[in-house]
Amino acid sequence: MLAALIIVFREVFEAGLIIGIVLAVTRSVAHRNRWIVGGVLAGVVGACVVAAFAGALSQLFEGMGQELFNAAILTVAVVMLTWHNVWMARHGKEMAGELRAVGQAVAEGSKSLLALAVVVGVAVLREGSEVALFLYGVAASDGGPAMSLFLGGLLGLVLGGAVCLLTYFGLLRIPPRALFTTTTVLITLLAAGMAAQAVSFLERANWLTALGTVVWDTSWLLSEDSILGRTLHTLIGYTDQPTGMQLVIYAAVVLVTSALMRLIGSEPPRHAVAAG
Amino acid sequence: MFASLTSRTSITTCALAALCVAALLPLSAANAQQATELQIAYDGAFQPNELRAPAGKPVTVKVKNNTSKAMEFESKTLKVEKVIPSKGEAVVNVRAQKAGRYEFFDEFNEKARGTLVVE
Repeated sequence: MLAALIIVFREVFEAGLIIGIVLAVTRSVAHRNRWIVGGVLAGVVGACVVAAFAGALSQLFEGMGQELFNAAILTVAVVMLTWHNVWMARHGKEMAGELRAVGQAVAEGSKSLLALAVVVGVAVLREGSEVALFLYGVAASDGGPAMSLFLGGLLGLVLGGAVCLLTYFGLLRIPPRALFTTTTVLITLLAAGMAAQAVSFLERANWLTALGTVVWDTSWLLSEDSILGRTLHTLIGYTDQPTGMQLVIYAAVVLVTSALMRLIGSEPPRHAVAAG
Repeated sequence: MFASLTSRTSITTCALAALCVAALLPLSAANAQQATELQIAYDGAFQPNELRAPAGKPVTVKVKNNTSKAMEFESKTLKVEKVIPSKGEAVVNVRAQKAGRYEFFDEFNEKARGTLVVE
């Protein structure tokens, strides 16, 4: 049971962090729950589909289907997060200041919500497909310990949900005005980290070999598998043995995002933002 | 305003797509380096549970899962992680390593362990 708890918790942990951040980011947007729950549900359904076709998936692209699939969905998440950030740079301040007509804010809020719902869905899909495969294997195996494994899995899921809530309420303790800046930085680093992870999957598939040498090894200082290491891995893309290409892409995403935010978000900030 | 916003959004997307494509360009050299090929079977335990490979060369490990459950071939030190469905087979690419002993295991059943000895 403990093993099941740990496995499920480890998978759900990352998705929990991401959902917590998305919930905090969309705190003031109407109907956000509908979108986020939709994202989670779509992710769960997708995870089951991926698990069901896991065999076929891994056979694709000369056995590298899994790696390329992961790289592809991470890239989708990176694009969505960047889009969200750029969109928020333009409209976020007005929304935070609640200076807009409510109806318009809802309509515009939904546009960015779609991007975030996709991010949530992708996170659940990625982590969930492993949980689904694992639990399916447990269900398929003979009787006895299956019940306790399911119980363990359920507890792992609950703990993962707790991570989500802790992240959410932790972020909410930040004063509203600072929250906007904090989450923008957080989402930029989240996106850069995901892009670096996508690179790592392409490297594992041997699709990307340039700059493939490990630049440094800090596993002695902070292992990627410790709780802190995993947290930082998800939040800012910490890797204890990054390759050159991972660093390049990481920096590129941060630079492109800030450039786009400046370019598109810099049009006259129409109103001073009311102090939160 | 919406139109201009949409076009800007697509510029954003294009820029990112271009970035991704640029990142993929140098991959023509992929597989140029000769990899050491190894095979391992899994039936609740790894057979054999010790693999050997020369240092400084990439390694590909063909893992065959003979059990009725999915497994995840994982090694923290080799930085590999791959789900292998029941009765399935998968290829795991390992980048060139320094000499040393590298542990791997089934993440869904951590009692099953093995070692890759790079020398």
